[in-house]
Parts: sequence; C-alpha cells; structure tokens
Amino acid sequence: MSAPNPEGLRLQVDMIKCVGHASCLELLPERVSLDEWGYPVIETDPLPQHLVAHARRAVAACPTLALRLDGKLARVR
Amino acid sequence: MTIMLERGARQGGQGRQGALPRLLAGGRKLGEHRATYGQIPLRRFSGEDGRRMLVRAITDAGLRGRGGAGFPTGRKMANVAAGAKRPVVIANGCESEPASRKDKMLMACAPHLVLDGAVLAAHAVGADRVYLCVERGTSIADRLERELAQRDDPVKWKLVRVPRRYVSSEESALVHLINDGDGRPLAAPPRPFEKGVGGRPTLVDNVETLAHVALIAAYGPGWFREVGTRNDPGSTLVTVGGAVARPNVYEIAPGMRLGEVLDAAGGAVEPIGAVLVGGYFGTWVPMPDGWGLPLTHDRTGPLGTSLGAGGIVALPAESCGLAETARVVRYLAEESAQQCGPCMFGLPAIATDLAAVAYGRCDPATRQRLSRRIAQVTRRGACRHPDGATRLATSALAAFAGDLETHMDGWTCTGVSRDPILPLPDRRHRDRGWK
Ligand SMILES: Cc1cc2nc3c(=O)[nH]c(=O)nc-3n(C[C@H](O)[C@H](O)[C@H](O)COP(=O)(O)O)c2cc1C
Ligand code: SF4
Ligand code: SF4
Repeated sequence: MSAPNPEGLRLQVDMIKCVGHASCLELLPERVSLDEWGYPVIETDPLPQHLVAHARRAVAACPTLALRLDGKLARVR
Repeated sequence: MTIMLERGARQGGQGRQGALPRLLAGGRKLGEHRATYGQIPLRRFSGEDGRRMLVRAITDAGLRGRGGAGFPTGRKMANVAAGAKRPVVIANGCESEPASRKDKMLMACAPHLVLDGAVLAAHAVGADRVYLCVERGTSIADRLERELAQRDDPVKWKLVRVPRRYVSSEESALVHLINDGDGRPLAAPPRPFEKGVGGRPTLVDNVETLAHVALIAAYGPGWFREVGTRNDPGSTLVTVGGAVARPNVYEIAPGMRLGEVLDAAGGAVEPIGAVLVGGYFGTWVPMPDGWGLPLTHDRTGPLGTSLGAGGIVALPAESCGLAETARVVRYLAEESAQQCGPCMFGLPAIATDLAAVAYGRCDPATRQRLSRRIAQVTRRGACRHPDGATRLATSALAAFAGDLETHMDGWTCTGVSRDPILPLPDRRHRDRGWK
C-alpha cells in the first residue's frame, strides 16, 4: 500500500447517473469491481498517490459523468 | 381519535420524573392552542443575536430529529444558517412509513404546535418561507390549509401535496419535487442543507421535531431535558401496533424499555415472538430477551436497534417473521425510485430470496446468495432507501435464525399462513408516478 494522496481525494460515483457501462472498471481495476448486476462497487477511501492520474482518466471516460474525484465524502452514513 | 398518553413515564437510568404528555396537551384549535402556550416567543429571540440564541437553545436542549435518523437539530440549523443565501424551511409531515402514524396524529391533534415550531425554525435560520409537505390524498392537507388561513405569521407558507410513495418523503426528493415537480431522490452532493429549494440552503425537519422546537423556545432547554436520557433528551412519539391490547400513538421518554412500551400499549394479547422497532428501516428484536432493551435514537443491542421514526410492531410467536419481512421488503423494492442499479435490481432480488427462505424453497446456496446480496446493496444507492431495507432483512435473518434453520430443512411453519401483521398501504392509496 502506498501513501494516500495529500489532498485526500476519493473516487465517488453518482449512482443515479451511473448506467453500469463499466469503462471505469477497465481504467481502474484497483479500485472498482462490478456487482452481479454490472454496477460498479467503488472503494471510496482516499486514493493512493500513484492511482490519482488513473482515477482522473476514469472520471473523464465515464460516458454519463457519474464519477467524481473529491476530498469530501458525499454522504456520511 | 384520541391519543393514549403515558403520564410520567419512567426514564431509563435517569430517575427523573417529567410530566407527559408535552406535545399533545394544547388542543387542535388556534384559540385553545394559544390559551395553553401563548404567543410564539419571537420577541424573545429577535434580531441576529436572538436567532443565534434560539439555535443555541435547540443545541443545548439536545433535540434530535424525529424523522428517523436522529440527527442533532441544532447542528443542522447552524449549518443551514451558515450558508451564503437566504435559507428555506421544509416541514416534513409526509410520514410515508406504513407502521407509523404519529405525525398524522400530531398534525391532527396539535397542528399549531407544529406550525409555531416551523415559524421558529425559520426564524432561527433566517428563512422567510416554509414548505409544509404532507401526503396527498388525505384530509390532512385540507385541514392544515384551513388552520394556516387563520394564522398571521412572518413567513410565507406553501402547502405541498407529496406523491404517496415511500421515498418521496426523503429530504432530497422533497427538494426535487418543489424545484422540478419530480418526487424522486437526488444524488448528493449537494445535500439540501447546502443547496436545496431554489438553490438555497434548506432545513428539512420532521413535523414532530418542529413541535419540540416550539416547546423548547417556550420553556427552555433545561425543561426539555427533564425527561429522556442525556444523549436523547425530551419526549418522543411512538406508534405501537401489532398484537397489543391498545395499538395507538404514545408519547414516551427515550430510555424506556421495550417491554414497558408494550405494557403502556396495554400489553401483549398473545405470546410475542419478536418486536419490530424503528419501522421498515428498523430491526427485529427477539422476545422475551429484548424486554429490557432501552429505546433511544442511538443504536443499541446486538442488532443496532434504534427508535428511528418510532414505529413499533409486536409480532405474535405464532406468526412467521421471515414471511412478514419478505412481504415488507417486496413492498420496499416496489417503492424504489428505480434510479440506482443496486436498489433497482438488488432489492427485488433480496425480496425474492427472502420469500424463498420463508416459504421453504431454501437451500444453503440461496441463503448464501442472500447474505451476499444484502452486503452488495447496502450503501450503494443515492439515498438511504436500500440501507433501510437491508437493515430490516439482516435483522430478520438474525432474529429468526432458529426458524431459518427449520425452513432450511424443508419445513415451513404454520406462521406463513397467518394473516400478515405488518401493515402495508392499500394499493388504491399508493401512487404510481412521481409528479
Ligand atoms: C426513503 C426515506 C423516506 C423518508 N421518509 C420520511 C418521512 O416520511 N418523514 C420524515 O420526517 N422523514 C423521512 N425521511 C428522513 C428525511 O430524509 C429527513 O432526514 C428528515 O425529514 C429530517 O428531519 P429530522 O431531522 O427532524 O428527523 C426519510 C428518509 C428516507 C431515506
Ligand atoms: S463508467 Fe460511469 S456509467 Fe459506467 S459503470 Fe463506471 S461510473 Fe457507471
Ligand atoms: S437508492 Fe433507490 S430509492 Fe434511493 S434514489 Fe436510488 S433508486 Fe431511488
């Protein structure tokens, strides 16, 4: 495990926008897996520094703009 | 319709006595209400300093939301008041939970206490507008409209008739409905307290929470804390149903034991196998082991039981808790807003597995798949709807573990053929659309 990125960026998904297209899985298999219905299960802990650039690529590649890189958790439950 | 009240209910661990009822003492007509409580104490809290004093009083009182999550109300008010734009208040009186009718009861018996509380909450955060949200298709909306017409308040009221759907009363769904006429939840961020109605910071409070705000403004935080526990002070409304002698709405003090609450409702009318606490986002508590469980808005006990919005249902030992749960989870699945994959596909799948378990078509593979699916769906929706449904399912698997074993061996109990105990709304009283 390498050190988390200094800004504490986390990869998060807007489940309403997500259509299960799964390009995020291809670009960031380290943090994304699919559930049995084909929707991404995303690890939301702060990303290690070496994955931040990959995560940005995944964010840019999502066809519905459902992914977001953000320091704050969207919902604390 | 009368409200059954627990006078001087005992408090768990505190030993303090406070007179109950508090919420329902003042009468339904404006004149009666004013005779009991006087004018809204806006003068005492006038100006910027006054607003801050009021938020401070709510914080010091330790009031927590009565809509389910139990979030500290003072903290939420401070967050909303800190926003850049002028805030808005939503009074949430939808009470979509079928096992609860305390909000409807409160709005029928003490509407002006709720309305006073909403005016005070608006003042506390600096809002000039209150949206009063209630389920459509009931007489409550019309009655409230008549009561509103008699009042002269420093806020603009707007009565909103909300579609009769379980998730349309979730806070972001109310914001969505008011902004765009669509009663489905929204993804966060932004949360309503940051950016809600018209892009303004929006305080969403349950109507019972607001009634407590009115009482705290009138009598002070010290008075509020005379009942309840340190972490969960004040009184709270619960709806007790199922196999008890006097199913009704009761005002109790948090910290009261589950068995005492059942006794307050006249006691069990037949042997009780388990009690559902916290409505359909709640947990099953096996009886008689759970008799002494103190009920508060904090999670306690092995299953993380909390009062939630106060729905309590006593299930006879002769009934099948697995079948009851399967039926309610099916209902919750139907009530999904069908926006998020895990909720849209996961909840029906879980309901089907639960039915298989309950009706004796269960094998170890189904049982394992069920646990896997529950874990897969939890926390995966834009709103907490799936989390509530999976909490209920998880607690059923634990509370009825013994029954589960029997069902796994291919036996079904006679309980599955008994009439269901957990209430569900009649199809005719459920809306299909979201407008
Ligand atoms: C699916 C769902 C349904 C909800 N329904 C209600 C409701 O009917 N009434 C209510 O007051 N809160 C309901 N809530 C909670 C609200 O989102 C919100 O937290 C609450 O109104 C805030 O008020 P409080 O802080 O006074 O509890 C619901 C939440 C969810 C996830
Ligand atoms: S790429 Fe976007 S739409 Fe596709 S699964 Fe990932 S988050 Fe969802
Ligand atoms: S989690 Fe379910 S109910 Fe909530 S917004 Fe998503 S689809 Fe709708």
